[in-house]
Amino acid sequence: MADVKADAQRAAAEAATRVARESYGKLVAFLSARSRDVAGAEDALSESFAAALREWPLSGVPHNPAGWLVVAARRRLADASRRQRTAEAAGDDLQRIDDELRGAAEGGADAIPDRRLALMFVCAHPAIDAAIRAPLMLQAVLGLDAAAIASAFLVAPATMGQRLSRAKAKIRLAGVPFRVPERADLPERLEAVLDAIYAAFSFGWAEALGNPRGRDLAQEAIWLARVTISLAPDQPEALGLLALMLFAQARRPARRDADGRYVPLGDQDTALWDHGAIDEAEAALRRAAELRSLGRFQLEAAIQSAHAARRLGGGVDWPAIAQLYDGLYALTGSPVVAVNRAVATAEAQGAEAGLALLDAVEATGDLGEFQPFWAAKAELCARAGRVEEALDAYARAAGLETDPAVRAFLMERRAALVH
Amino acid sequence: MQYLLMIHGDESAMEKAPKAQMEGMLAAYGVYTKAMQEAGVLRGGERLHPSASATIVRAPGGKTQIVNGPYAEIKEQLGGYYLVDVADLDAAIAWAARCPGAQFGAIEVRPIWPM
Repeated sequence: MADVKADAQRAAAEAATRVARESYGKLVAFLSARSRDVAGAEDALSESFAAALREWPLSGVPHNPAGWLVVAARRRLADASRRQRTAEAAGDDLQRIDDELRGAAEGGADAIPDRRLALMFVCAHPAIDAAIRAPLMLQAVLGLDAAAIASAFLVAPATMGQRLSRAKAKIRLAGVPFRVPERADLPERLEAVLDAIYAAFSFGWAEALGNPRGRDLAQEAIWLARVTISLAPDQPEALGLLALMLFAQARRPARRDADGRYVPLGDQDTALWDHGAIDEAEAALRRAAELRSLGRFQLEAAIQSAHAARRLGGGVDWPAIAQLYDGLYALTGSPVVAVNRAVATAEAQGAEAGLALLDAVEATGDLGEFQPFWAAKAELCARAGRVEEALDAYARAAGLETDPAVRAFLMERRAALVH
Repeated sequence: MQYLLMIHGDESAMEKAPKAQMEGMLAAYGVYTKAMQEAGVLRGGERLHPSASATIVRAPGGKTQIVNGPYAEIKEQLGGYYLVDVADLDAAIAWAARCPGAQFGAIEVRPIWPM
């Protein structure tokens, strides 16, 4: 008997977990679209999941788990609404939800309208603080808890929880609409969504070492990009972003050697790259190119594509990469791009040409704490035989680095110059 | 939803502005207000005298205290407001962006707390 009960519990837990993974964001988007109350929808949904784990082992897993959860969550929302709002204001909303709900409960998960894209536009609305957009998306669309998000973004859990609830309160009180922007506004507004996804990926990427959660975050960001593309398939920059992240993800296994030491891109063993991910990235980039509207993420992905071409044995086309960086720099004016452009130019035309570009970067502002600049300068000075400058720059680059493996790599390079 | 669009602007720049520019501004506000009326979103709105005319009133413990001057001495002061009733924040933002004052100052968009 105990075994039967344990089996039922396991099946119930598995079904609830599966629904959670597959349709969490869809259910949050569906439940909050009318009320704009993301926090309320999340609370109701988490109570429903808890109820599912209690009831399904006894009653069996319903044949439409997502519909069951929506109905349960909707009932909780109605109760909360009755407590908090005037009957007049609540009635209208609830009637509309009811109409949609009937279809959802009868027709299975596919009958629940997918408003995840609208939810992402809510999270990345210009009225929402840019720094909280990525965390908000990870929570509302993917259901990551505040503690996991906080650890990935290097913030105290309580602080992150507070920022998230403040942002959700703003969505509700200020009336941020759950709507996919009009076609004319879509590319510009999508930029904020893509920026937030990329921010999540970058945090995951930087944190990947020794932090299993960091790795998850990069994969979650790729998942968010896939959701975006499935709902807005003709947006070249979304495809470009997916390609960019897949290229980076593909090289993850080659970033460290067997002893955990940092391996720069040019020295990586291409056999360790994930060739399936690279093929998918190339396909996404081709689809983006067919849409004929170039942008930042496509250019960055094209640069990664040129690096990835090394796996085919032909070496790296540095003049092409330098040219892509020229375009990217003209588009973004970003200091990170400026530094990478100098490095690519050095590969294509020699260290002095790269150093000339770095001098121009140095003239534009205060780079005292900008690690990539010092790492690039060190490398190019070393190549140009400017040993004193290289020693100084390696020291500054290592001193500013947070990743111990990269710091060790820079110190080794510096030591090699001394001997 | 109702929103208050608060128009903040640099008063001294406004005082120094040439007459023709001021007239152009008034005309722009005229057509802006008319457009709001025609669209059926306008619930109210007024222009305020400059902040030098402001008086601050407090009543701690029921004892009235009166001080001359605006609440905060800042460069951009509240110069007027519109109360609009629109579908959502995006619609309110669209109206705020059309406000002539947005070109020179800042429009703060605040949702009304329904009582």
